[in-house]
Amino acid sequence: MIPYETYPSVQPLLAVLVSLAAAGLIVASGRRPALRETWTLAAAALKFALVLGLVPGALAGRAAEVTLFEISPGVALALRADPLGVFFALVASGLWVVTSVYSIGYVRAGGEANQTRYFASFAVCLSATIGVAFSANLLTFLVFYEMLSLATYPLVIHKETPEALAAGRKYLAYALTAGGLLLVATAWTWQAAGTLEFRPGGIFAGSGAGPGTIRAIFLLALVGVGVKAGIMPLHGWLPSAMVAPTPVSALLHAVAVVKSGVFGVVRLVGFVFGPELMRDLGLAAVLAGFAGATVVLASLIALRQDNLKRRLAYSTVGHLSYIVLGAALLSPSGLSGALLHLVNHATMKITLFFCAGAIYVSLKKKNVSELDGVGRDMPWTMGAFTVAALGLAGVPPVNGFVSKYLLCLGTLEAGEVAALVVLLLSGLLNAAYFFPIVHRAFFRPSRDPVRGREAPAVMVIPIAVVAVLSVALGLFPNLFFDLASAVTAGVLAGPGGGVTAGIGP
Amino acid sequence: MTAANLPALIPLAYLVTALLIQLAGAWRRSLAPTLAVTGASAGAVLALAGLVRVAASGPLSYELGGWPPPVGIEFVLDGLSAFMVAVVTVVGLVALVHGGRTTATEIPGRVVPFLSASMIFLTGLTGMVLTGDLFNLYVFLEISSLAAYALLAVGSRQAPLSTFRYLTMGTAGASFYLFGLAFLYLEAGTLNMADLGRILSLVESHAPVIMGLTFMGVGMALKMALFPLHGWLPDAYTDASSAGTSLVAPLGTKVAAYVLLRLFFYVLEPEYARGLPLLTAVGYLGIAGVVWGSVMAILQPELKRMLAYSSVSQVGYIAAGIGLASPLGFIAAVLHILNHAFMKACLFLVAGSLRLRRGHSHIPRFDRSLRRAMPWSMAAFALAALSMIGIPPTAGFFSKWYLALAALEQANWVLLAALVASSLLNAVYFFRVLERMYLVPAPEGVGTAPAAIEPGEVPASMLVPTLVLAGGLLVLGLGNAWLVTHLIRPMLPAGL
Repeated sequence: MIPYETYPSVQPLLAVLVSLAAAGLIVASGRRPALRETWTLAAAALKFALVLGLVPGALAGRAAEVTLFEISPGVALALRADPLGVFFALVASGLWVVTSVYSIGYVRAGGEANQTRYFASFAVCLSATIGVAFSANLLTFLVFYEMLSLATYPLVIHKETPEALAAGRKYLAYALTAGGLLLVATAWTWQAAGTLEFRPGGIFAGSGAGPGTIRAIFLLALVGVGVKAGIMPLHGWLPSAMVAPTPVSALLHAVAVVKSGVFGVVRLVGFVFGPELMRDLGLAAVLAGFAGATVVLASLIALRQDNLKRRLAYSTVGHLSYIVLGAALLSPSGLSGALLHLVNHATMKITLFFCAGAIYVSLKKKNVSELDGVGRDMPWTMGAFTVAALGLAGVPPVNGFVSKYLLCLGTLEAGEVAALVVLLLSGLLNAAYFFPIVHRAFFRPSRDPVRGREAPAVMVIPIAVVAVLSVALGLFPNLFFDLASAVTAGVLAGPGGGVTAGIGP
Repeated sequence: MTAANLPALIPLAYLVTALLIQLAGAWRRSLAPTLAVTGASAGAVLALAGLVRVAASGPLSYELGGWPPPVGIEFVLDGLSAFMVAVVTVVGLVALVHGGRTTATEIPGRVVPFLSASMIFLTGLTGMVLTGDLFNLYVFLEISSLAAYALLAVGSRQAPLSTFRYLTMGTAGASFYLFGLAFLYLEAGTLNMADLGRILSLVESHAPVIMGLTFMGVGMALKMALFPLHGWLPDAYTDASSAGTSLVAPLGTKVAAYVLLRLFFYVLEPEYARGLPLLTAVGYLGIAGVVWGSVMAILQPELKRMLAYSSVSQVGYIAAGIGLASPLGFIAAVLHILNHAFMKACLFLVAGSLRLRRGHSHIPRFDRSLRRAMPWSMAAFALAALSMIGIPPTAGFFSKWYLALAALEQANWVLLAALVASSLLNAVYFFRVLERMYLVPAPEGVGTAPAAIEPGEVPASMLVPTLVLAGGLLVLGLGNAWLVTHLIRPMLPAGL
């Protein structure tokens, strides 16, 4: 059963292609930075507008669909802007606009080399991300997912230092292994279910595939998407990838790339395996177990990181698993909360990374222990940092509160007290690793004799925008909540999807 | 000239050109490259016309000298041979266009015989593909092999020695084939493929048939460098001239694989072939080759040698597809023959371009100045490398996809594991090269040492063929479903 009707439209395709075209233009105008940056900004704005145009349809139960051509007999390269896809595309494309402005400020202020390659790769990454969001079937998803893996590589090795190259190798090793396993899982799904199409409620129901087969496919696919989602023990590449320039860490390693993994988990749970099978075969319990462990362990590791970006990276690993955990709960509030956390964590974490980048560009400081008194030098930056940190710890009215509240509600609906404990404990740990930074910045005297300066306006304005956005989404979560509800309704009302039962057999 | 003559015209075009090159070359040497490209173009046009014709209105058969088969020799253009001959002629043409410049630099003075030999090589390959007679196939096999020895022996100082090893092994392979064929002939009394297929199913004593098939299989395994019979390949490919390698490497082994396909699924009943332990052995040796070739490729410091080992691994994919003996396995094998011919040709062309511009293709001496000096060649190399690793939407990804589907169908976990492992190993050895080409700075002080012969991108006569192949990888990747539905599925042998 599909709770929305589809209509043919090339809009999703245009949304994917606009940044791919921009990448070509960026490379072609590499010698003229002003023109080159115009392409980035124009593509970002256009892409956002295109995605925005798909929102009313998604809310009204109408999904734009474009079927291109067969890429394997019986499987087409097809894009569909269903509510979940629009949700993710909206987050990624919206934040790309802000990140583009910030990026331009960052690479110019930091005097980075290879700027053309940087902006071009960034644009390709966004194309792949929107492709992941709008994929209508598992093979299309795999195509864009692998493209994303690859397009991120030039950004990870951007600095071309031995350290960056090592991080790049590590990243490739993780990403390509994941891609290989996802390929096997996709082929196996085709063999077992006879279709690869994403359908709310899953495609395995009634396919006659045995439980052992489905479990094996699930594990393969989970590793495939789990690497990008940073589910422990598959998270190792993410902290290393922090060697990339900060805007990359901000948009890709807090939003686009890692959330493609999380998005993949939601797709698998809701649209391939379906809530019923997840529960009956004990798959949800496995997923929840790994996610819960990741939430706690990542927070504990984050406590011990002195490098600011690494601390943020481990925090990201933890928060990604909030979303996975929420999806594994299979309850209405849990899934809605998970999706809301996908957008909320994005705005908050991007704020924090932007701040880390601003501190690096202005003061050349990378470590938490050097941040004494920074709040006086960079009041705007650190103010925004504080807002986002409060939000991630779950303090209202920042948006982190809303999603965490829904997630907690979801654990109660599912009757999972252990998950509730994990979430509450993680809130405390978040406070424990973020508040010392705020404390150092504002309440300790600076050790530097020379006063530092606030970052340039092209960086501070985006920081302010995302911080304000975080608060605004906390006060008015309606748009995303409605989209999330549309997804939840479709998934949980799928083939026999019960609404309130708990995890496990 | 009617369409019915097409099967014979294709090898003939090359044979005539081979003679013309010798004659014209004696008069004016500069005519030879133009003639070679013209002849190869004619072959390619004829082959493509044949492909279209067969797809539209079914197989064509040409009776040589008007003698009807099974006594006379027939040339058959059916789905599989039309497809294969199109691959051989097109890739051969592209390699020859690119080779115009490298032959002039690397082997001056031997251009005319080289080009003449390459025409004979293509005569042999197209003949092997088109003939409908197993003994005639042996004749063409020897023609192509002798030409290949000549092509590969011209190169570095070690080339004659390496080629001598190839000659020994290759002759052994051809003899095995002939020996095996004798068994079949004794049992069935015919050499015509279609006729033999009909009679073999009536033969009562299976031992001689299996004996014969095994000998023929081993012979072809030698020619296609199937693990562990690949020993001749790395040296022969590495020491030859760039043009020689880029002509022989993408095509020679593929045609041997074609012979296996023809033998197991067309001459024999697929049902019968499926029961042969020989076929299973081919499949598992292929899997072993996939892994072994990749591991050896990682260890090679010389680009051409690395690519040669990579060929051993990629031939393994084809053999694994054959070994599965299922429609999906067949599709995977045939598609990979095409895809790999394109990728490997593209990579060898870039290796040739590097030798022209830098005078070497030694990986540890690559540095990031290449990405500025030869941006297009490097981009083509990168794209072909991604295809070898199997990143969508390049062609290589879809070879893996069909092979994975085929392996899952039969629950062949070993092959699946090898597939995943091999794409990782491919990534290791290709990113090792790409990292150097794009990222690693030149060592201080040695920057302008004897290396750079001529700076800058290669001339258009070399760049265009490279880019055509690289672009082709995207086209083949995105159009794979079309290829499978319209070309490969219709050629599936009855009963597979």
